[in-house]
Amino acid sequence: MKLKTLALAALATTLMAGSAMAQTAIKIGVLNDRSGTYADLSGEGSVVAARMAVEDFGAADKGIDVEIVSADHQNKPDVASNIARQWYDQDGVDVIVDVPTSSAALAVNEINREKGKIFLNSGAASTDLTGTACAPGTIHWTYDTYALANGTGKAMVDAGYKDWFFLTADYAFGHSLEENTTKVVTESGGTVVGSVRHPFPGTDFSSFLLQAQSSGADVIGLANAGGDTVNSIKQASEFGITQSGQALAGLLIFITDVHALGLETAQGLVLTEAFYWDLNDDTRAWSERFSAEMGGSKPTMVHAGVYSSVLHYLNAVEATGGKDTEALMAWMKENPSEDPVMGTGTVRADGRHMHDMYLFQVKTPAESTGPWDYYKLLATIPAEEAFRPLEEGGCPLVE
Amino acid sequence: MFELLGIPPQALFGQLLLGLINGSFYALLSLGLAVIFGLLNIINFSHGAQYMMGAFVAWMLMTYAGINYWWALLLVPIIVGASGVVIERLMISRLYHLDHLYGLLLTFGLALIIQGLFRNRFGVSGLPYAIPAELTGAQNLGFMFLPNYRGWVVVASVVVCFGTWFAIERTRLGACLRAATENPTLVGAFGINVPRMITLTYGFGVGLAAFAGVLAAPIYSVNPNMGADLIIVVFAVVVIGGMGSILGAIVTGFGLGIVEGLTKVFYPEGSAVVIFVIMALVLLVKPAGLFGRTA
Repeated sequence: MKLKTLALAALATTLMAGSAMAQTAIKIGVLNDRSGTYADLSGEGSVVAARMAVEDFGAADKGIDVEIVSADHQNKPDVASNIARQWYDQDGVDVIVDVPTSSAALAVNEINREKGKIFLNSGAASTDLTGTACAPGTIHWTYDTYALANGTGKAMVDAGYKDWFFLTADYAFGHSLEENTTKVVTESGGTVVGSVRHPFPGTDFSSFLLQAQSSGADVIGLANAGGDTVNSIKQASEFGITQSGQALAGLLIFITDVHALGLETAQGLVLTEAFYWDLNDDTRAWSERFSAEMGGSKPTMVHAGVYSSVLHYLNAVEATGGKDTEALMAWMKENPSEDPVMGTGTVRADGRHMHDMYLFQVKTPAESTGPWDYYKLLATIPAEEAFRPLEEGGCPLVE
Repeated sequence: MFELLGIPPQALFGQLLLGLINGSFYALLSLGLAVIFGLLNIINFSHGAQYMMGAFVAWMLMTYAGINYWWALLLVPIIVGASGVVIERLMISRLYHLDHLYGLLLTFGLALIIQGLFRNRFGVSGLPYAIPAELTGAQNLGFMFLPNYRGWVVVASVVVCFGTWFAIERTRLGACLRAATENPTLVGAFGINVPRMITLTYGFGVGLAAFAGVLAAPIYSVNPNMGADLIIVVFAVVVIGGMGSILGAIVTGFGLGIVEGLTKVFYPEGSAVVIFVIMALVLLVKPAGLFGRTA
């Protein structure tokens, strides 16, 4: 009798838990650039990546109802803030993902802190997100300016390019990238001979490039991104800068940029990424599915990060059985992330997602076997070396 | 070695020349706007989109039909200009009796639609368009390394600008055009088909934008936003030069290119706003613009 009651009670609890689970409805907001210079590296691809994560997680079978919404922040912090506020206050969004453009990401980060929600950033680069501006609900997933500077900057100095001149996009991201790279360069024994800040976004970089050329530096560090980087590299080749022996260091180059440049112009560039579609069978299979939905283009590391972060978040929802921010964040920081795209990773106390980074070199047209076959792997940078040490960030969450 | 304003003269000459190159695009684009505004009284906000179309049509001709740059330079203005003729006939011609504002709204709306369509089809990262083989390479001028293509841009732009100015200000056809805008009824009475002349003028203005687009294709990435980035600056150029003044558009186009180039040396952070600061000053001192006539 007693056993029967116990069994019934257990059954009832399971049923209740089951029904509680069935009531869990999650709304994911993908906020990024859908029309401007970063639309190809984030944009609709990030929505597709989030959707693939929901499918692979098997949300429908687990009784979790996931809805994905998206919006265009136009790379403007004020627009991003307004959308984030509306999503949280009126539309019932539980988690915001992606958000490229550091200034916009930092704005969303503050609203997120105020509302006590979760922010899984994949697209932005500023290390402030896990430094002085770190927040209890924020995870910075894919890359940051420290990792880029550390990968590309160090590799270039080691290869003998000692004197640097920076061409910097004049906003939070560019400043952060320049600062981080300067540190790496000087620590590795190089010097910085000058820098120039260009308006964002820009079209004509020839004037800045000529200033870089007359500085006599060994290497021009491009602390910009997207269309700005593409145009800088094109124009450097046009004005004979690369031919005259000065090297270019693209500090943030995505595979979509290499695609736009063409191998003829991009060949030989050294760059740091968190993901490449052709790394192993898993990444190839995943990228194949992604391409099928995106008209043939391959995913960028930002897309990979969105997939990986959404999957980890959904696992946390399943494990904790609810949407409580504190419980979810605790789970995500205690348990390693595991997926076919970015492999294994952990989330640190300051919100930094730790995983290996890769140093690639762009292939020559002769080495490439076809469209999107662009990178050869130079080195794998272990997570602990790739990212800024926990104690150096100045994040108040780390005691 | 002596220095000018703290900069070696070599560097300064280089920057002046670069300013002139950018000024070529400002001049070509503001010229088209000035022609359209001066003769049609329409503020053509789709000018940037039409410039972008010029670059894209050149890319399409090359990619799908194998037509080279030189033919594109001739064909693209005709193709895009023809699309302008269609737009003028179907839409803009219905707005002549209304306030300027309606023309502005219509063309602005068209620009958004055209850009949206191209963005949807081609993405935003841009498409590569190679510099024609005849113009690759560069000249070492001593003070700088001038790519042949950039030199060509300046020459082509000066020739087209001068030709347009000459046609409108110094020929019989230009005189008819100007007369038709002053008093269409009277000119019509002399047996000249005024509506057709106006349509062709719009087509010509659009063709100028497309021509600039083809010139830009090999040096800037061909992407749907290329016109939107430029058009605001070009409007400022037209306002500074004096709305509708052909000569004003040309001279201020080149002049402001140089001013902007110098700003990039002395205060790079300000290079995105310097033209607007000048615009504000000019509007305060001479509201009709440097070359404009007060009505």
